[in-house]
Amino acid sequence: MNLLEKLDAAAAARKAMLPEGVGAFGIPIEEVYSATEARIGERRVILLGTNNYLGLTFAPECIQAAHDALDAEGTGTTGSRMANGSYYGHRALEREFAEFYGYCAGIVFTTGYQANLGTISGLVSRGDTVLIDSDSHASIYDGCILSGAEIIRFKHNDMIDMEKRLRRLGNRTENTLIIVEGIYSMLGDQAPLAEIVDLKNKYNCTLLLDEAHSIGVLGETGQGLVEKTGLQNEVDFITGTFSKSLCSIGGFCVSNHPQLDQLRYLSHPYIFTASPSPATIASTRAALVLLREGKALRRQLWKNCTQLYDHLKKAGYTLGPEPGPVIAAILDNPKQALQIWQSLLENNIYVNLILPPAAPDGKSLVRCSVNAAHSTEQISYVGETFAKLHRQILDADA
Amino acid sequence: MTDSNYDEILQLLRDRLSSIASSEIVITPETNIISELSIDSIKLLNLIMEIEDTFDISIPINALADVQTVHDLASLISRIKSNH
Repeated sequence: MNLLEKLDAAAAARKAMLPEGVGAFGIPIEEVYSATEARIGERRVILLGTNNYLGLTFAPECIQAAHDALDAEGTGTTGSRMANGSYYGHRALEREFAEFYGYCAGIVFTTGYQANLGTISGLVSRGDTVLIDSDSHASIYDGCILSGAEIIRFKHNDMIDMEKRLRRLGNRTENTLIIVEGIYSMLGDQAPLAEIVDLKNKYNCTLLLDEAHSIGVLGETGQGLVEKTGLQNEVDFITGTFSKSLCSIGGFCVSNHPQLDQLRYLSHPYIFTASPSPATIASTRAALVLLREGKALRRQLWKNCTQLYDHLKKAGYTLGPEPGPVIAAILDNPKQALQIWQSLLENNIYVNLILPPAAPDGKSLVRCSVNAAHSTEQISYVGETFAKLHRQILDADA
Repeated sequence: MTDSNYDEILQLLRDRLSSIASSEIVITPETNIISELSIDSIKLLNLIMEIEDTFDISIPINALADVQTVHDLASLISRIKSNH
């Protein structure tokens, strides 16, 4: 099979999973009306498939900051920070992130994906070990592979399994980086951070926490799981993204280890890429202020999360173990998931479709992302539609 | 590596792979795990975790880069088990 034939085979596999004309992946969004509504084709839909958790995509403060930066500094930096230099905004945002977490060091990356890729591949290398949760995001897997370190997985959120694998590593644990996530993107559940910290200390490892889905969502000021659990002094490195609660694009790593700064000279995903544009940095800085002050937004977000989670549970769906901004209905097979996803769209609701192997344990997911800007009426309509489709599709199948 | 070690692992792999494979073919040492058995990457990684527990060893995911056939996987596990 030559290179192009391999791509043809991949296309055939995708077609076999999704019938012709069903564009579940990369669906074209024609117009965006607000943080909760857009036009797909001729339909005005409720957006429940974005990660806009605080609903800040149209925050006037962020838009104004981005406009001002565009006017003052232009559209792009046109190169890497190593070669072309760092703008004031890059350095300011790094200081602001470090100060937000009460740490001494921070680095900004061009995307959230690169934040994990660059941090992991800068921290560990051949001869080291990474111990990762089996439900880790692809950016964690890819960062580990890029690093050359030995990769060991433990069962999702299973601390007995994690300790078993740590014990097997023997004296290699000193050079082991444990990587977990604040909120996992597939089922929306949280890592048992206190128990992870206990094991990290018992086996003398280093701990990296990815707060991509939990920044803005958990904790009094929105730091994430680290703040909710009060374990800021126990986590060695925190990564995160700007593309969810912060509503732009980019990523960060913060730490109380001053050695973090060396990643600027070791990490290819930091060095060999263009730095974030001035407008992106400016809107992120404005969003970070809103996020820190966003207690009311978090209250509303959690009210919406609980409302939808309870609605879906009552309707009979199998869900992840706890409510959160990511609520996934777990379906037995891709056909059911596709039917539900398509029917939701026909009812003007846009959610995410996740099929195996992306979904855990061979299941398929219809995944909702709730945000603080959704109205009670929107959440009620979504819940009622899910309930109707359960009766029409799943009960009929049973 | 002892032959009995390898044979035991090979048999275990044949049993486990046949239970999770999408296609019903006779599994030999030369069978390609991905292309012939249609086992996706996540199923393979989960199988590796099971084997780690069975033999109380660590099998780094990276080592799977060189694994194509059932024999490749049995040899890898056998080597790690022998060095354990």
